[in-house]
Amino acid sequence: MADKDKHQKQVPDGSRRNFLKNSGLTVGGLVVGGTIAGLLGANPENNNQGVKNSETTSQGYKNPNEALMFFTPAQYQTTQAATERIFPKDEIGPGAKELNVAIYIDHQLASPWGINAKNYMLGPFYEPAPTQGPQLRILRKDMFRLGLQGLDDYSQKKYQKVFTELEAEEQDEVLVDFEEGEAFQLTAGLSTSVFFTILKTLTIEGVYADPMYGGNKEMQGWKMRNYPGTRMSYAQEIVEEKFVKLNPESLRSHMGQ
Amino acid sequence: MSKKLPKVPVVIVGMGWAGGIIASELTKAGIEVVGLERGKERQVKDFLMVHDELRYQHREDLMQDLSKETITSRNNGKMKALPMREYGTFIVGDGTGGAGTHWNGQTYRFLPYDFEIKTMTEKRYGPNKIKPGYTIQDWGITYDEMEPYYDKFEKMAGISGETVELYGPRKNPYPTGPMVKTPIMEDFEKATKNLGYTPYVMPSGNLSEPYTNPDGISRAACQYCAYCENFGCEYGAKADPIVTVIPVAKQTGKLDLRTHSNVTKIINDGKKASGVIYVNTITGEEFEQPADVVVIASYVFNNVRFLLNSGLGKPYDPTTGTGSVGKNYCYQVTAGSSILFFNDKQFNLYGGAGALGIEIPEFTGDNFDHTDVNFIHGAGIRVTQYGNRPIANNTVPKGTPSWGAEFKKQSIKYANSSFPVKIQGASMPHEQNYLDIDPTYKDAYGVPLLRMTFDYTDQDKELVSYMVKVTRKIAEEIGADHIESIETQGEFNVNKDSNTHNTGGVIMGADPETSAVNTYLQMWDAPNVFVVGSSAFPHNSCFNPTGTLGALSYRAAEGIQTYLKTGEPLV
Repeated sequence: MADKDKHQKQVPDGSRRNFLKNSGLTVGGLVVGGTIAGLLGANPENNNQGVKNSETTSQGYKNPNEALMFFTPAQYQTTQAATERIFPKDEIGPGAKELNVAIYIDHQLASPWGINAKNYMLGPFYEPAPTQGPQLRILRKDMFRLGLQGLDDYSQKKYQKVFTELEAEEQDEVLVDFEEGEAFQLTAGLSTSVFFTILKTLTIEGVYADPMYGGNKEMQGWKMRNYPGTRMSYAQEIVEEKFVKLNPESLRSHMGQ
Repeated sequence: MSKKLPKVPVVIVGMGWAGGIIASELTKAGIEVVGLERGKERQVKDFLMVHDELRYQHREDLMQDLSKETITSRNNGKMKALPMREYGTFIVGDGTGGAGTHWNGQTYRFLPYDFEIKTMTEKRYGPNKIKPGYTIQDWGITYDEMEPYYDKFEKMAGISGETVELYGPRKNPYPTGPMVKTPIMEDFEKATKNLGYTPYVMPSGNLSEPYTNPDGISRAACQYCAYCENFGCEYGAKADPIVTVIPVAKQTGKLDLRTHSNVTKIINDGKKASGVIYVNTITGEEFEQPADVVVIASYVFNNVRFLLNSGLGKPYDPTTGTGSVGKNYCYQVTAGSSILFFNDKQFNLYGGAGALGIEIPEFTGDNFDHTDVNFIHGAGIRVTQYGNRPIANNTVPKGTPSWGAEFKKQSIKYANSSFPVKIQGASMPHEQNYLDIDPTYKDAYGVPLLRMTFDYTDQDKELVSYMVKVTRKIAEEIGADHIESIETQGEFNVNKDSNTHNTGGVIMGADPETSAVNTYLQMWDAPNVFVVGSSAFPHNSCFNPTGTLGALSYRAAEGIQTYLKTGEPLV
């Protein structure tokens, strides 16, 4: 057993490091290939440590759902940064980043919802009155990509940096301008406020949707607000005068074995 | 090109409450029925994973697929109507059970006043009380005539409740006792009693106790699991056609239920229908189903759309006020609530049921004096506990930003510490609120969409301005650290307003000039066509519509049986 554990610890750690060493992508310890740098994060030195930590959990198995099916690494990081400002970490508990909200959004945009599969998409398209709901030809997945690009473009314009490099207060300024929708357009006729609304909605969903969707990591979104998740019955608790705090359960608990 | 099938006595379009009740009643009487349902077959055992807020509430898993079909909407006749491209307000059902699967279960009777609203309003307040432009009319039937049908529906569905003195007389008590009272309901009860009102626990289609109905169907009691509206009930505790009338009809062996069957047209010569055309949505094949009687029992919108696209009945013309198909579309008003915020109190608001709540009858219908107000009818004033699912419920005090650190703090602080005293207000018909066929947009089968022209009227706004004072008074009597009221009813917004109680468009009445169907919901212009649903309501009351829809479905089922024997118009 001891040998096996050792083996598991060493192989992935070494193989990743070896890959970086041997692949010709590093120059003096810095990763130069855009994709690899993006995948592993901005600082390859930290990443080597990160690799060690992430691959050596006591179970020896990481949640396979924590991987990207839609975003590029850069889009993922921008989404993490933007959602963290919408739902930040504080003394109550984790923020969007720790809750895996960006993973949730990635999966949603890759789903039929991302291509507006259940929306009426036939034309013609006209500018609506405020009472008539969205009238957009663009698909959600494309709008989100444009939105993320827009966050970087606008940040460059305003601060000469990309969004993830900004200070939190600067990121908030950018998001406020996006929410108001006056300062910048994503593309001709596409307001940033439409993107912001969807970003905000997805953030709340990623905090509180069942963890099987990729966010609400370890039900911590629910725990923060004392929400017990998807239990089968509250017939006892509902008549109680006092607040009854219950440990949350997710849909996984309905699967039996 | 359509394949012609053998003729049947009755074809029903739509297998929700209306279609299910009629199928059940006719098949029990030995009549062969074909039921056409555009969606899929559903059963209780499908709902193992139903406690999924994202899938069912925010991705509308049980709802009509808008990529196939939607409505267009505009606030007035001068605007260009645009399609409702995604869900915001109405949630339209799909599949067996229809909206009867995803409903909350609040099951009321309308008031004696509702059925004779014009006569009774003029009698009490004179002929000028109803303002010009409001096409308010009697229903052609009285409460006493409706009573046995309500009774039948309530027994079939096992409605839980308590008798209310101010409402229409009941021959029998509710078949099951009222739902439990939670602390927030007790707070409302105490406060409203202090103010001299007579609160009652809302009538519920979520069973308060195990129940066996007259058809021999047994169902379990509600577990207050908090997943009703937008969801199916995995216990079968919520009354639903798929656990009541549809299995009963199937058991007779007389129901030929065809799912994935989307009806596109009623074949008719203007005086009689000979059947319907439908498309199998899986294969694309088109069929003609001939029948002696055609029952249109889809949602309000399609009941109207089928008639208009098939050239049946006289379309309503808002400029002349003539014609009746599309007339008197009504909705409900929901502004006027007062929200209580508590700093040091937490309630078990994660639990609940779709029809769990408490209400006062004093401001409904004509139960208070309208002499000095500029509106008629009223509102149910209530506290409900549906279960605060976390994506949908993030109430924060006014002035809180809608995102960021402060939003997080406040929305979590009040997650279990806030609830509203709400209103559900009646909606009176107006000549400029109506349904017709959209000139531009079509569904996936090339059939024109329905166009809705609607906005809140002065009557609606006056009603809200009055009722908000009442909700405020009750909220203050309950007492909270902070109270906020929604003072005014704004413009109708198809993407935001939260009520899904649509009515009218194929309204019933005693006069063929001003109504489309008689009180058996039989078309004046084509006696072998019955159009069943809340499309028959000449106005919308301040109660949830399903009880009245169910009662009218039983009456229509009776009418169809009589018609099959006589072949004559029923009145």
